[in-house]
Amino acid sequence: MVALSKYKEPLVIAMKSTKDIAALLDEPACEHNKKEKSGCAKPKPGGAAGGCAFDGAQIALLPIADVAHIVHGPIACAGSSWDNRGTRSSGADLYRIGMTTDLTEQDIVMGRAEKRLFHAIKQAIDTYSPPAVFVYNTCVPALIGDDINAVCKSAEERWNVPVVPIDCAGFYGTKNLGNRIAGDAMVKHVIGTRDPDPLPLNTAQSGIKIHDVNLIGEYNIAGEFWHVLPLLDELGLRILCTLSGDARFREVQTMHKAEVNMMVCSKAMVNVARKLQQQYGTPWFEGSFYGITDTSQALRDFAKAINDADLTERTEALILREEARIRKELEPWKARLKDKRVLLFTGGVKSWSVISALQDLGMVVVATGTNKSTEEDKARIRELMGEDTLMISDGSPKELIRIVRDYQADILIAGGRNMYTALKAKIPFLDINQEREFGYEGYQGMLELVRQLALTIESPVWEAVRTPAPWRTVRAQNVETQDFASLPQIEVANG
Amino acid sequence: MAEILKRNKALSVNPLKASQPIGGSLATLGFNRAMPMLHGSQGCTAFAKVFFVRHFREPIPLQSTAMDQGSSVMGADENVREGIKNIAGKSRPSLITILTTGLAETQGCDVQRNVREFREANPEFADIAVVAVNTPDFTGSVETGYAATLTEIIRALVPDAKEAGTYPGKRKRQVTVLVSYMLTPGDLEALRDIFEQFQLRPVFVPDISDSLDGTLTEDDFSPVTIGGTPLSEMATLGDSLATIVIGPSLIKAAELLESKTGVPTYQIDHLYGLKGNDALITALAEISGNDVPERIERQRSQLQDAMLDTHFMLGQLRIAIAADADLLNAFVDLVQEMGAEVVAAVTSCNTPLLARIPIASIKIGDLEDMELIGRANRAQLVIGNSHAVDTAERLGTPILRAGFPLYDIIGGYQKTWIGYRGTRQTLFDLANLVINFSHEEIPVYRSVYGQKPASEMTELNSSKALSCH
Repeated sequence: MVALSKYKEPLVIAMKSTKDIAALLDEPACEHNKKEKSGCAKPKPGGAAGGCAFDGAQIALLPIADVAHIVHGPIACAGSSWDNRGTRSSGADLYRIGMTTDLTEQDIVMGRAEKRLFHAIKQAIDTYSPPAVFVYNTCVPALIGDDINAVCKSAEERWNVPVVPIDCAGFYGTKNLGNRIAGDAMVKHVIGTRDPDPLPLNTAQSGIKIHDVNLIGEYNIAGEFWHVLPLLDELGLRILCTLSGDARFREVQTMHKAEVNMMVCSKAMVNVARKLQQQYGTPWFEGSFYGITDTSQALRDFAKAINDADLTERTEALILREEARIRKELEPWKARLKDKRVLLFTGGVKSWSVISALQDLGMVVVATGTNKSTEEDKARIRELMGEDTLMISDGSPKELIRIVRDYQADILIAGGRNMYTALKAKIPFLDINQEREFGYEGYQGMLELVRQLALTIESPVWEAVRTPAPWRTVRAQNVETQDFASLPQIEVANG
Repeated sequence: MAEILKRNKALSVNPLKASQPIGGSLATLGFNRAMPMLHGSQGCTAFAKVFFVRHFREPIPLQSTAMDQGSSVMGADENVREGIKNIAGKSRPSLITILTTGLAETQGCDVQRNVREFREANPEFADIAVVAVNTPDFTGSVETGYAATLTEIIRALVPDAKEAGTYPGKRKRQVTVLVSYMLTPGDLEALRDIFEQFQLRPVFVPDISDSLDGTLTEDDFSPVTIGGTPLSEMATLGDSLATIVIGPSLIKAAELLESKTGVPTYQIDHLYGLKGNDALITALAEISGNDVPERIERQRSQLQDAMLDTHFMLGQLRIAIAADADLLNAFVDLVQEMGAEVVAAVTSCNTPLLARIPIASIKIGDLEDMELIGRANRAQLVIGNSHAVDTAERLGTPILRAGFPLYDIIGGYQKTWIGYRGTRQTLFDLANLVINFSHEEIPVYRSVYGQKPASEMTELNSSKALSCH
């Protein structure tokens, strides 16, 4: 049995308090807070869409590939969601093994959930010898007051393996909040617990100075970060850790030693960047690897933040070389995609970042979703697209279809959840979310992006599905040219 | 007959089980103009939605009562009432089901009362059926959640014979068919064909072949299901000639239907294999009074021929199966009919059916259990959902994908398994998976005195027999 009593700490901290949640929502580095209505809007029963805090926390940390990720709760949380991400690992694959305490009615009624969790942690350690175990709290144990902090601490001491509690019950709030809870747990329990390895000997020979950096909010979807990583290697930027694409526990531990952090993607884990700045003085900047312009900008921003003249020079040379190369390769595609009209409704990936990628291709973004964008994002969107840009906050399927029609968009670019909405309405579609199968990052990723865009926009299937069956066309013409009365045999039941 | 091996480890690894609310949602999605609403936090719905979207590759109507911190602690009655009201007002569905999650049940919700309160406060929505079901995910599985939801829908929507004046056989060719979650849209289409050959009109309850079959409609978008069993049909179930219930998990639902309507019930476990389908055809001949049509006789003998052709590959084949009880039972019968051995059987929760499945033991567990038992018993083939693909890979065996969810193939939801024809195709599929390497190849032996060219001798170590062990 768990020796909980040996802890002197109060044991009433079972559930995150409203105060804790408010603190997480009140993120000073998040632009949402500068509006009157701060934080995230309250969901409406019967009219809600989107995930929960657990969902967000799991998305944020699951890509840490060598950790045993245990979901503490009844089956629905893990049962429908394990092994469900597009993220890739270059080696370890423990993250793809679904683990859950799969709580039963008895566990809940008899108060055995904590005990089951304790043994579950042991089982994971015994079977897989992971460098660490992450425990995700969910609604039911949070409600019955399981003290996962104490169980994790106790398990860690017993088996001498780091066991990290992620207190992310779904009802605490949105996916976004879950991202922050996840980031918070990393700052609190993992980052700063190990110093980076010395540089490998063979890298010293190149004569360039190596700088240590982190990426926060980079998930390596479909392996897309591997388009960028070789460039960073070339520049002598050592990635201590990407939080969390293709990351390992031992990498997360060293994040405090970076010279600069880049916040990739949305501001979901901006609290990590801010706290690392507070605690370790690490400067951070925000950037993206989508599109030529933004990729180059991100590389420049690294050089600028590090302030190494040699690095700056080499960065500019690399940008010059890569841009020239990719623009040449993109040339034939640009002709095919030029002036095509896009409705962009993104989830996790920043609208402005993708806009710039599409504009690089000469495409026209007619409208963009902003329900997840910050005020600052919106300002950047206006800058890119002009003041008259339609910003969509109502992302209901019906509304999206209407806008596609009204603005004569050639394609809808959105998250996977909208894919079948688009297809049912016979609208070309490109998936831009976490579940997608293709990587679009970096200069090289642009080639995949244009290939996928052309694949759907130019596909012959659109005509095939939009054209009525031949007998219907014939009938329609007949009806137009002849009298109804003269066609008594024609069945109109289908019409 | 089977010994049930209960769960004996703290951690579930690579879960097989999907939750009761998923099952309840699936049952609801088989009704026309329906909307399931999960009573829980938003994530419960989001996960379930992704689960279905990946399997069916269709937009899936599914809503949430969106419980937050406040309502989780202070009570979420208002969430349920407001949720129903919002859906009713916005989408005007015919049916809304309220399916509870572990969160709501732990908190102590009373959804039946919430529905009554909604009824009193909102008479303007009296024409919309609202059915509340207790489907917490800390007990049961897809199978039990599906069955419980179907039972409650029948309780709410099928009138008692006395009150409604229905009587068995009033509709002379109509047969009610209660269908288990294990039947795919493709299965139901095939089944309808079979019924129609007996001049019978089946009413499938529910009917996902009409709502989740991947039809491209003229409408751009619908917030609720398009197609499925029309609710108006529920009032006529008492007039059917007979009720056929396919799947042991639906026995309770069938009993309730019979007690309400007096329509006699025919129980059929499944429609996999020769015997399973013989049971159906015998029942249909009896119900309809018609002879078995020649076409069906022909298909039966085609299946027999296929059984002869494939028994060489499938006989003694050591198979590992991971599936919920109804489906597990179906596959056990199918492969045993072919002389194969089920060497690992794993299911997600205990049900009365398990004890009578004719194999030595059944493990209540997860895909890790299947992997361990399968390895110990040298399984040669795996039958399971898409999650089991990795398991099969580690076991070094081919896999026949079946059950929920199937997300790594296209059209899995539409595969036809049932009937003589569906069974025949399944046998072909199974045989093709193992045709080249189901038996142990004899290792090459080269005589030390042999006169083979010298070049062949160097390949000695690199040659490798095809095998799945």
